[in-house]
Parts: sequence; C-alpha cells; structure tokens
Amino acid sequence: MKLDFEHIPAGHCENGVISSLLKYHGLNLSEAMIFGIGSGYFFAYMPFVKLNGIPIASFRPVPGMIFTKAAKRLGIKMKKQTFRKQPKRAMAELDKVLEKKLPVGIQGGVYHLSYFPPAYRFHFNAHNMTVYGKEDNTYFISDPVMEYATTLTSEELKKVRFAKGPLSPNGKMYYPINIPEEIDLKSAIHKGIKQTADWMLNIPVPLFGVKGIRYLSKRLRKWPEKLGPKRAAAYLAQMVRMLEEIGTGGAGFRFIYAAFLQEVAEVMQDDRYNDLSKEMTKIGDKWRNFSSQAAQTCKGRSSDPDGYNTVANLMLEIADDEERFFIEIKKLIK
Amino acid sequence: MEKDKVPQDEGITEGITREVQYAINKNGKYEKVLSKGWEPKNIVNELAWKDIQEDIDFADEKIKSGKASPIMHYMAKTMMNIALLADYIELPKWKVKRHLKPKGFKKLNQQQLENYAKVFEISVDELLNFKLKS
Repeated sequence: MKLDFEHIPAGHCENGVISSLLKYHGLNLSEAMIFGIGSGYFFAYMPFVKLNGIPIASFRPVPGMIFTKAAKRLGIKMKKQTFRKQPKRAMAELDKVLEKKLPVGIQGGVYHLSYFPPAYRFHFNAHNMTVYGKEDNTYFISDPVMEYATTLTSEELKKVRFAKGPLSPNGKMYYPINIPEEIDLKSAIHKGIKQTADWMLNIPVPLFGVKGIRYLSKRLRKWPEKLGPKRAAAYLAQMVRMLEEIGTGGAGFRFIYAAFLQEVAEVMQDDRYNDLSKEMTKIGDKWRNFSSQAAQTCKGRSSDPDGYNTVANLMLEIADDEERFFIEIKKLIK
Repeated sequence: MEKDKVPQDEGITEGITREVQYAINKNGKYEKVLSKGWEPKNIVNELAWKDIQEDIDFADEKIKSGKASPIMHYMAKTMMNIALLADYIELPKWKVKRHLKPKGFKKLNQQQLENYAKVFEISVDELLNFKLKS
C-alpha cells in the first residue's frame, strides 16, 4: 500500500514534514510559512550542551518546538506518540495508522539512514521524515532533505526510530487529526513574528538572541589561544556545520525567513515586509560570508588569531543588523 | 543570495542527492534551488572526518600496545563515545569501560560478543579476530 503522497524537497526537515503532511490533507502552507509561524528563527549559544564534545551554537529553537508552536497557532490538532523501549509496538502502531490511509511523521536518528550520503551520517537524532506506505518489508519514506522519495526496510526503520543518545526519538510519530476549515493566517503570522522578535531581543540571559551572538563573538576570539589550533578549528567548523549543513536552507535559516517575509507581504498586502525580506537576505549573505571565511580558517588549522578575529568582527556586525531588523519588524505588528 | 550564485560544488553529497537552498530568482522572489554542495561545507565536513580518523588511529595505537581491546577501534569507527555505546549495548558505562581493556574483553561471553557485533554491524568473528592494518 502506497499513499498518494507528494514528496517535496525542503530546506529543513521539521518544517518540510509538517508542510507536506498538511498538504496531503488539503492545506497548502509552504515550509517557509510554517517556519515563520512556528518561530523557527533563533540564536542560542549553549556552552553546557555539547555535540561531539563541542558546545552548540544553534540557529533554531530546540527540536520539536517549531512544529508544536506552528500547529497551535494554526489551530491544528496533532496526534503525537512515543514508545519508550517498545519498538514492536511502535512499528505496529505505525502500520495501523498507515492502514487508515494517513501519512505519518516520524523522528529518527540519521546515523542509520541507509539512503543518506555517508558524510551526512553522524549520531544526530532530531531528524524528521514522513512514512507514506508499506509493501511487504519495505516502507516508503519521504525525507524532506532528500531530492527524491526513498525507502527503508522494516529493520532499518526500527533502528532509525530507536536511535540512542541525546534527543533519542523513542519511536516518536505524529500526524494531524484535525485541521480547522478556516485558518486565521494573519494572527498566526503575528504571533510567530512577535515571539521571534522577543526571543532575539529580550531574553535576559546573554546566551540567547543578539546578545548570544555578541557573547559568542567574544568567546570565539579566544579559541585559538585557549584551545589550541586543533580544537579551535573543530569548534569553528562545528559552527559552520550548524549554519549550513543538512537542512537550514542556507545561512542558518536566515534565507528561509526572508522567503517567509515575502509571503507575509502578500498575505498582509503590506510592502514593508518585502523591504524587511531584503534586509534579511543581506543578513543571510553575511552569515554565508562568515561560513566561507571560517571554513578557510579551519582548513589550515592555523592558530593565527587573525582568522578568528575576522569572523568575530563579522558576528558583531550581524548582531547589530539582526537587532535593528527585529526592532523594525516589531513596529509592524503592534 | 541570488539563484545564479547558488554554489554547485560537488562534495559530501557524492552525487546521491542535492540540497534545497533558498535563493532569489530574476523577479526578486525566493524559490527553492537544488544545490550539489558548497566548498566551505565540504571543508568543515572533511575536517570532522579527519578527526574521526585520528580517533581510530589513536585507538589502534592503544590496541597495538596491548592497552585496549578491539571494541575501542569499532567504537571510534562508529563515532561513539562510552556513554553512547553503553546506551546501545544497554549496559552501565563502567562495564563498557572494562570491555575496552583486553582483560575485560577476554571475559565477554558469546551473548555479549553478539551484542557488540550487532551494534557495530560486524560479525562476532570480525570482532574476535580483529587485525590491525599495518
């Protein structure tokens, strides 16, 4: 049994899955729209949360949050289930829902994804994909970060759903059970933007929002001296990966947000959002520039502090830009 | 970023897939453009794999000098640390730590060997008769 489900490649897995699940049920909202409404834009530097032993700089809120917020603001009811240490039940439940002709979103680890390019396969557990059918031992998979739809065997899918380590999915699966006839898109957009602006400007902890960017800029300058050339390069390399790798749509989601703002301009019939979209594109271009320069610095594993100072300065510039941007956008939603 | 500037640097995607990149088309509108990859990403990804290889080499050195068991090699190869491996094996960390030593490794029973082999996606034979590449 294979559902008539359209595979749509997306920048980011979480938004991509929700967007295409909703589309299957007749609601057309782009990935960018879901991202904006779910307040997907963020910055956080978390020295106490480590990935591969390196503190995380994240350009998005914790996994699952975009999804929960977007659904709530759109009035969509989702059924969510996890199955701690019950892989058999998790697979049986998935089959049961598929038989009802409902495609199912699942969280999974990427390490066991046999269809991924080998270089993508790290122990990262907050990936999302849609299962849209099953024939014998094969599941049909629509993974938004893949160009084409793929498949996994039952055994593989079980491993993916029960990957271990931080953010382990515990077989998590979800699907919409109620989508309202009328959706108040404008109000959902306002809520999404307002929260992002508040997060970026007003969290009273210096690790989040524009304050976080400035704080990390200060720390980053000291990396070569404090960590030595090898560790420093690994730290900087991980930042570039958070910005660009697997599913940010480029520049740590800044371009997706710019795309969202263009759609907002149309929904609101307000050209000022188009101007803001242009500003956001410039911010995205600066983050791209950051990645490009940072990668060059990493490449030689040079301990030359100049490379680190250059990107740290760039971050200060970006922090100012993002601050100005969110002060401006806040004025529009009052 | 403009559509015609979306980089197409083949690398980590290895021709298996292309990634969505948001870029502006001629009419100034955003659209999704497929990209084969971007050199800075290839550079940092390569760096990450280099670090993994160094971990494997480090493990092999220790095995060679009789200070570690083959489990350490496969742990590095599968990019795990003790905490993650213990999670997969469903044993406390201190037990896994013991198995990383040659003495603890020798005491593993058949079932435990099978568990490790399964997690590493190798055969028990490969685990027991692990040979260092010279």
